[in-house]
Amino acid sequence: MPPLLKTLLHRLIASLVVLAGVSMLMFAIARLIPGDPARIALGPNATEEQVRILRHDRHLDQPVPEQYWFYVTELAHGNLGNSLYSNRPVAVDIAQYLPATLELVLTSGLLMVAIGIPVGILSARYRGKIGDHASRLLALAGVSTPAFVWGVILQLVFAYMLHLFPIEGRLSTAITPPPLVTGFVTIDAILSGNVVALVDAWHHLVLPALALAAAGIGQSARLTRNSMVETYQKPFIEMARAYGFRESRIASRYAFRPALVPVLTILGLDLAALLGNAFLVEAVFGWPGLSRYGVEVILHKDLDAIVGVVLIISTAFLLANIAVDIAVAIVNPRIRLAGGR
Amino acid sequence: MSRLGDSPIWQSFRRKPAGLIGLAIVIVILLAAILADWIAPYPTHAGPIGDFAAISAPPSAQYWFGTDAIGRDLLTRILFAYRLSLELAAVVLAIATPVGVVIGLLAGYLGPVPSWLLMRLTDVFLSIPPLVLAMSIMGFLEPSAIHGMMAVTAMWWPWYARLTYNLTRAERQEGYVLAAETVGAGLPHILFREILPNCMPSIFTKMIIDVGFVILIASSLSFLGLGAQAPTPDLGSMVADGAKYMPDGWWLTVFPALAILLVVMGFNLLGDALREAVDARR
Repeated sequence: MPPLLKTLLHRLIASLVVLAGVSMLMFAIARLIPGDPARIALGPNATEEQVRILRHDRHLDQPVPEQYWFYVTELAHGNLGNSLYSNRPVAVDIAQYLPATLELVLTSGLLMVAIGIPVGILSARYRGKIGDHASRLLALAGVSTPAFVWGVILQLVFAYMLHLFPIEGRLSTAITPPPLVTGFVTIDAILSGNVVALVDAWHHLVLPALALAAAGIGQSARLTRNSMVETYQKPFIEMARAYGFRESRIASRYAFRPALVPVLTILGLDLAALLGNAFLVEAVFGWPGLSRYGVEVILHKDLDAIVGVVLIISTAFLLANIAVDIAVAIVNPRIRLAGGR
Repeated sequence: MSRLGDSPIWQSFRRKPAGLIGLAIVIVILLAAILADWIAPYPTHAGPIGDFAAISAPPSAQYWFGTDAIGRDLLTRILFAYRLSLELAAVVLAIATPVGVVIGLLAGYLGPVPSWLLMRLTDVFLSIPPLVLAMSIMGFLEPSAIHGMMAVTAMWWPWYARLTYNLTRAERQEGYVLAAETVGAGLPHILFREILPNCMPSIFTKMIIDVGFVILIASSLSFLGLGAQAPTPDLGSMVADGAKYMPDGWWLTVFPALAILLVVMGFNLLGDALREAVDARR
């Protein structure tokens, strides 16, 4: 088996084990919390009879191991249960709201890489200069500020005061949304050749994506810088210098690639933060993603929906980490050729 | 004091301006939170009742940070919110750290099977984004400051488990551990008297940094309405409430937001400098 495939398979199996663990954890949380889940879900005004019916429907009147068995078999069939809040299958709800969240998270991830890594490279080349100190300060501010604070500040300055960007939403009301294909408005607009909708969607995406990416941009800039500084001290860079290669070539060809490995690894972990913080940013910018749904079902004690949202987000996170592992394997010849650990 | 002054960690720490700035910020915020009853300009405004004669007043000499929609002094409320945030962080870390450290010690020292089980358990917790895990726990509880504290505690211990696990793995082959094993020391003695003291500096510096991050996550929860409820002064819910009065009542959002930034940054700078000082000593 090619080493890369082996690494991939190994990671996939490990992720499935963790995902099974997550499902058990969510089940445990839902059952360990004091009180009757059916009563909590229906609220204090429901009759005893209603509670009894729901308890029976959800197998809550069975012993716990059998409850878990029902829960797992339903999950295996892709059935996440029904939302008491929306009266629809949880899977349908999630399918409706997830694309908007993913569009936001992926755009932020791109911004993190596209801004953070170049800033880090420049900081490493001009180490100790004013720009390096400025980027250090910005990175600190980025990490120390919750995403919702970035959101309200960016919104205040660039939307309310300067009127450069829309205040909230995903698309202006005057614009007809492009036909639904992927659920990503930007991609759907490209697919249907709708330039006006594409520009408008990008316009709406800028501030939320920046607010979400702010912490990650700072972190990836610092990591890239430190990793580059370390690589610059290696003998092979000295060798390249001795050959008289131009500094720009040394930076882009020899120092950058080894320096990228730790940065990519941390980026994978950062995706967890992005997926979580998306909830905050969506709340600030009225972004029609999983957040509003998630908060509503939490406030309504909608058990199946809460479990569904957490499972989907954990799956997205694990998949993203596998993608990052593959990227690391491609960049790092030691992993690419030797086949994992 | 003279012992502290001579210690190599302090000698290294005092040469880091960023760390000293962090220390200054932390001391000022701690004092402000402890002394809030005496130094807040309008201590009664920490509750539900404000001054209806001064509704939504912009920042002025009388109200430095302005007042909110029911005339409560924002500076007063921020000082009391600092107190709540710091109490919350102290409780969370006081519970999460020992739990995580014990699990990490056991996983790092015991054989492959218990170690695998404990670390996979840790992985499960770490594979759910922190905020989402805390939110889902809140999903089964009524929103309040205490429950928010419980939710954050439940998601915080795995970080200490992982840190302690890695430290323990590095220490268990050291001569002093092997010596203790040779003379027949029991498991608790080896874990808590031999290995743990050598992990303490790293754990302690992480705790300092984490005070800021616990406050950050807790304020995120309350920003979503899943933490402290009105009229308790809380930084996250103050930002959320203030956002309703944008852009005219900008101070209602901007000052609580800056207050969060300041406390997280202060503990971050202090903790980072301490960690560098501890590492430099090794």
